[in-house]
Amino acid sequence: MTTAPPIDLSPRLSSLDPDVFDVPTGREVEWRFAPLTAFSRFFQSIEGAGDVRAKHETDYVRNVPISDVHSSWLPTDRPLAVARSLVRNAVVVDVPREQVIAEPIVLQLQGAGDTSYQHVEINVGAFSSAVLVIEHDLDRDICGALVVNVGDGAKLTMLSVVDGATDAVHISGWHTTTGRDATFIGCAVTLGGGFVRISPSVTYAAPGGNAELLGLFLADGDQYLEHRIFVEHEQPHCTSRVTYKGALSGPGSHTVWVGDVLVRRGATGTDTYELNRNLLLNDGPRADSVPNLELETGEIIGAGHASATGRFDDEQLFYLQSRGIPETQARQLVVRGFFAEVLGRLNDEAWRDSMMSRISVRLGLAPEESTAEESATEESTSE
Amino acid sequence: MGSLVLTDLYASVITDDGELEILKGVSLTIESGTTHAVMGPNGSGKSTLAYVIAGHPKYRVTSGTITLDGVDVLSMSVDARARAGLFLAMQYPVEVPGVSVSNFLRTSATAVRGEAPKLRTWVKEMKEAMVALQMDPSFAERNVNEGFSGGEKKRHEILQLSLLNPKFAILDETDSGLDVDALRTVSEGVNTFRAQSDAGVLLITHYTRILQYIKPDFVHVFVDGRIVTSGGADLASALESQGYEQYSPASA
Repeated sequence: MTTAPPIDLSPRLSSLDPDVFDVPTGREVEWRFAPLTAFSRFFQSIEGAGDVRAKHETDYVRNVPISDVHSSWLPTDRPLAVARSLVRNAVVVDVPREQVIAEPIVLQLQGAGDTSYQHVEINVGAFSSAVLVIEHDLDRDICGALVVNVGDGAKLTMLSVVDGATDAVHISGWHTTTGRDATFIGCAVTLGGGFVRISPSVTYAAPGGNAELLGLFLADGDQYLEHRIFVEHEQPHCTSRVTYKGALSGPGSHTVWVGDVLVRRGATGTDTYELNRNLLLNDGPRADSVPNLELETGEIIGAGHASATGRFDDEQLFYLQSRGIPETQARQLVVRGFFAEVLGRLNDEAWRDSMMSRISVRLGLAPEESTAEESATEESTSE
Repeated sequence: MGSLVLTDLYASVITDDGELEILKGVSLTIESGTTHAVMGPNGSGKSTLAYVIAGHPKYRVTSGTITLDGVDVLSMSVDARARAGLFLAMQYPVEVPGVSVSNFLRTSATAVRGEAPKLRTWVKEMKEAMVALQMDPSFAERNVNEGFSGGEKKRHEILQLSLLNPKFAILDETDSGLDVDALRTVSEGVNTFRAQSDAGVLLITHYTRILQYIKPDFVHVFVDGRIVTSGGADLASALESQGYEQYSPASA
């Protein structure tokens, strides 16, 4: 048992002016894990950078000039402030109020040139419900924001998949604001990219908001994947659930998970829990996991966190193999099972299966033919 | 008719401090259709015997042979042994989070049978096997061994036994941690399996009580890594009244 020194999670500096933020040196608590040689290119203005665009416009998705965006979001670190000051075009997803959209809205994001800035703004109108799948095609370096506003009584389920070149640098700052009794489920799936830093944050504009932050990451080779969560409870009767799971293989991979949860004095009736689990598939990778919880009030329903990093369990492998299941398939079952808790919460089988097969391919585990997973579903529906 | 033959088997456990010899010359022949009970005190190495036959990587066979119907078992991987017809019901089955019992059972049945069982017949087959072991249908949707009680774990092992239908089954302390009702149910499961197949069974146990339900054809007393005496079912009764002391190395 070690006792961490107290960390004051608030207030966070926020500004549109990049120069308000010092250039990170690596000594800052927010930058202490990150390889700055990779990320530092985004600390200064980059000449000739392009903008991230939506590949296809739809009824809900549009490419617009940045001047058309009017959200009150302010960057909270230097690279996000630099990107916000230079980005010229934004991608806007607008779901009007009182709309229930059954089919997922698919948003494919694409950079331009070697380096792109990103500004994505997602607005879900009051009492609407939508599912959004964002595919980040990371063949180039990208830095910028993803701003989400979930209106009163609305529900947004968002699956963000980052995949692409293993030398690409990606900085993505999510900022979600939930309205009264609104629900945000945000799942970050990080498979590709060489140096990735995703920082989802949530604030509550009114009481009764619910946020579920899910994450699934897979690091191999020399990938550096950082997920830095900040949930600020300032309104009463809001909930937050953070569940991130990572699998690491390959000699030089490094993952960082930081979960900061701040419960302010007025946030009575808060219910918060965060969990990070990391599975080391072989020797060599490094996983850092840092949960921080700061409570300014004791009048809450619950607050907790859990973090554990463990090696692949050879006893599980033996058990499955002793039932005739070949080693590769047994490993795949264990890894699928490890991630099932996260993907199960998405409640969408098509995504779950598609994510699992992408993960299996990445792990070099051949996808199952005619999966037994399907049969389990058929059985339960045939009851 | 087939046979599982262990010949002068020596094996060590691999620990951080080096190797420790546990099996010290085990010879045993199990014919199809016969049930052998291996009984011994704690620490005698009888569970090691079970693990070595199944191929657990923690143990190293230093000499001797194991053959199944004349085929070398020791050169096979763990999963190949299972597909060849060996089954180990474990004393401490492992939790596999996120993997449902139904998914696990169908994946193993597919592996062992060499083809995926047809869904319709499979569901029926699984349900019937579960009913026979007095298992609730909801069991199939739970994660493998996760949060199972001691009795549920053992029923789950015997459920696998009945579905995978091996040529030779090793039951490692299947009676431990069971109350009388659960012991009866699990024993009936084993007896049904014995009646419906021509399998050989190796029953490893510390106590004689399971032998009241599952009648062995042969009883072997296992002390300090080897079989010290063998006999019929009546040997178990003698052990019940006299204990293992007479066989301990000190009194030998």
